[in-house]
Formats: sequence, C-alpha cells, structure tokens
Amino acid sequence: MRRSSGQGWRSLVLPAIFIGPLILFVLSFLILPALQLLLSAFSDETGHFTLSYLEGLADSGAAFENSILLSGASALLGTIVGGITAYLVCSGENSARSFVRAFSAVAANFAGVPLAFAFVATLGSLGMITLWFKQAGLDIYRLGFSLYGLPGLILVYAYFQIPLMLIVITPAIEGLRKEWREAAEGLGATPLQYWRMVGLPILMPSLASAFVLLFGNAFSAYATPYALTSGALSLVPIEISNVLSGNVMLAPQTGAALAIGMIVVMGLVMLFHLLASRRLKRWTGR
Amino acid sequence: MRVGRKIFLGLVGLYFAIPLVATGVFSLWQGGNRYGFDGYAALLHQDELWSSLLLSFELAVETVLLSLAILVPAIFWMHLKLPRLKAFFDVISALPFVIPPIVLVAGMSAFYKGPEWLVSTPHYLVIPYVVMALPYTYRTLDVGLGALDIKTLSEAAQSLGAGWGTLIFRVILPNLTTALVGAALLTIAIAMGEFTFANILLFKTFAVFIAFIGQSYPTEAAALTLLSFLITWAAMMGVLLSGRERAEIGGTR
Repeated sequence: MRRSSGQGWRSLVLPAIFIGPLILFVLSFLILPALQLLLSAFSDETGHFTLSYLEGLADSGAAFENSILLSGASALLGTIVGGITAYLVCSGENSARSFVRAFSAVAANFAGVPLAFAFVATLGSLGMITLWFKQAGLDIYRLGFSLYGLPGLILVYAYFQIPLMLIVITPAIEGLRKEWREAAEGLGATPLQYWRMVGLPILMPSLASAFVLLFGNAFSAYATPYALTSGALSLVPIEISNVLSGNVMLAPQTGAALAIGMIVVMGLVMLFHLLASRRLKRWTGR
Repeated sequence: MRVGRKIFLGLVGLYFAIPLVATGVFSLWQGGNRYGFDGYAALLHQDELWSSLLLSFELAVETVLLSLAILVPAIFWMHLKLPRLKAFFDVISALPFVIPPIVLVAGMSAFYKGPEWLVSTPHYLVIPYVVMALPYTYRTLDVGLGALDIKTLSEAAQSLGAGWGTLIFRVILPNLTTALVGAALLTIAIAMGEFTFANILLFKTFAVFIAFIGQSYPTEAAALTLLSFLITWAAMMGVLLSGRERAEIGGTR
C-alpha cells in the first residue's frame, strides 16, 4: 500500500523534474509574453476591450506592404538563384560541393549588422564598387540606385537568402533520380521538356516550402535593415522597434497590434510550410 | 550549356566574394590613397570593444549552459518514456519562428517590468537567446539522442545500480558529445551576433558595439565586420566538422 502510493507520487515527480523546466521556460518566456501582446492589442488605456488599435493597423499599411514586397522579392531571388546554383553544384565535382556547403553554412549565418556594413563598404555612397563605377563615369546613385531603399535591401538580403536556399533545397535536388532523366530522354524529351514535365513538378512542393521559409526569414529580419537604414525605411520590425524605443509618439498598444500582425503573417508562413512538407512526405513516402 | 553554367556560377561567386573583398579593402583605407593598419590599431585601444566582445562571449556560454540544462533532460525523458510528446515538443521548438525576436522583445518588455536584479543586467539577455536558439538546439539534441539506444543504455546502467544522475552524467552525456558540440557551436554563433534584443533593451554587446562604431568610424566597423565573419566561419566549420548534420540558419537577421 505504502509502496504503491510512493510510486504514484514518484511517477509524477520524475517527469516534472525532467520535462517541467522546459515547459515552464517556454510558457514563461514565449507563450505568456505573446499572450500579453494579444491582450494589450485588444484593450484601451482603461483596460476595456477595443478593436481600435487593430483597425489602426490600416495606417501601417505601408510598413506591411514594404515588408511583404521586400520579403517576397528577396525570397523569389533566393529561390531562383539558390535553386539553380544548388542544381549546378550538385551535378559538379565533389570538392566544389563541400566548399559550397561550408560557405553557405557561413553565409546563411552571416547577417545582421556586419552584413549591412559589408554592403556599405561595397555599394554604399563611398563603397568600392560605387567608386569604381564613378571613375568609369557612372554615378549609380545619380541613376536612382540606393543601397538604403528597397532595391538595395533586396540585394543585401539575397546574401543570406541564396545560401539558405542552397542548404534547404540540396537534399531535394539530390533526390532527383538519374533514371527519371534518362527515361525522359529515352522517350525523346528535350531538356526543357524534362524540366517542365518531370523535374519541376517533382521539386514543386520542396520549392514552395523553401520559398515560404525564405519569405518568413526575410520578414522577421530586423538587424540588417536597421543597420542599413537607421530605422528610416518603413518595415514592420522597424516600426515595432520605433514604438518600443519611443522614437515615435505612438501608444504601446500600436506596437502590440503590429506585433500581432507579424505573428499572423509568420503563423501563415509556418502553416504553409508544414502543409507543403506534409504533401512532400506523402509524395516521397519519406 | 557548359559555358552558361560557368558564367552563372562565376557571377554568383562574384556576388558573394566582392562584399568581403570590399570590406577588407575598406578596413585598410586611411583616407585619400593611403592604406594601412591604422583602423586595426585604433581598435586595439577601444576598451569598449574588449568589454563588449567579452560580454557577448559570456552570454553565449551562459546560453549554451542554460539551453543544455533545460533541453537535455526533457528530450532524454521524451525518448525514454514518452515518445508521444515528440509532436508536442516539435511544435514548441518551432514557435520561435512564429514569434520572431522583434515580437518577442516587445512581448517580454510588456510582460516583465521586473524584478530589477534580473531585467537590469545584461545577463537577462540569456533568456531570449535560449528561446531564439531553441529550434536549432532542440533539433540537434533530438537527432543526437534519437541515434542512441537510450532504453538499453538506461536499463544497463540502472541494473548496475546507477541513479538518474549517474545515468545522465556518466552514460548519456559522454555518448552525446557530437550533438552537444554541434548544439553549443550553433548557439554560440547565434548569441555572438545577436542584435535585436541587445539593441532594444540597451545592452552593449558585440553586435551593438559594431553598429555604434559604424556610425562614426567606418574603417573600424569594416575591420570588425571581418572579425565577425571569421567568428561565424569558425563556429560553422566546427558545426560541420563535429557532425554530419546540416549547419543551418542562425537567428541574427
């Protein structure tokens, strides 16, 4: 009797000791802060329920538009360039493959402030390439290029998007069997036909899930655009930080509403990513 | 086709090489046509560089320790006793993607106004860093523990009279070195470059220092950029060498 009640007690204590800290940690430092944002986005100064801050998000339309444009364009660029590079590298020699693998691991992690400065040294108004062009009689800043606007940011983001694409897509490209290509060629398919009717349809779920991953990756980027534009270009993460640091006269609830908007976008990204990879699993039986 | 392929790869290679070269050249620039190591020499005398670098390193080590302390027991228990928990843990560990750093820092500063001894020290940053590293640490450790035959190891150890402590510290951990090293290096790379939390909560870590110095001393900032690239490079080489798992995206964007 005593023994079994002792075991009942112990059967709860051990899991609590092993698993409890992780669950408590995630609850306290991830779930509760997020719920707090949800709460404050929906309540006014006196604590009553209101939708006005969420409706106020319409005023931040430009931030969402810029963020979506930047994330979409850089994800598309990353998907295309990274995808083609991955394919070319996969069919190349082994030594090149391991070099590219190592470099993409580094470049995908080389982001934020240092990346911004690397591009300032390259294409900033005193950057090396800018000066070269100038000596050749071409003032790219006069021609409307700016590293500190959307086109510049897309170019900078590509520096971590392309390597990330390489890392994510390589397993899928390695999974393309040689026999499929040979079979298509044996039936008289041109390379273009092979890609249009065999290769791309097989890769499509992987490409789609990689694209949304890249999109989310760019959407949540903060350090890179902050270091490049000092908070001048309106992007969702930048607007949130402006509210937090008191750079703009906005209620904290506006920041909370922006953050909720961001969670919704990232949640959709994650959902789509999961759906695409589930489809992939069914397809490949992996 | 062969030529097109070479041109394409060449252009991609240039895109990745030029910013690094330009940064290197820029870090040696001393105005006009003069080049030299003045920028680097000036850095050596920046006390704040050393204090910020040291702070970031301390935070990185603490992040590794806290991550391992809460994750290893939980994942171990999941593999040993409660495999049903895996789906739940997978979801939890993916949450930091849905709640990105800038959102988390907003939530944390709204939710935690105190206690003063916690939120006013830079070591407070360790908490969000553990959260940010969670997807990577969780997956590395999950793969590592999944590759061990935990049940047999545990039964063998316990039948020889080992307690839980002995089992974890003398049986499981020594078998898990590869995963531990991989998780630690990824975490260090993330924590060393982290900017969002430190910048908004006003702590002078390495990345914040680079941003600060870049406003007035561009050549020094270029030198630090190279240093930061080297740190990332070293950490990633470690990850790739320490195991076969893929070195993936960090969290410093």
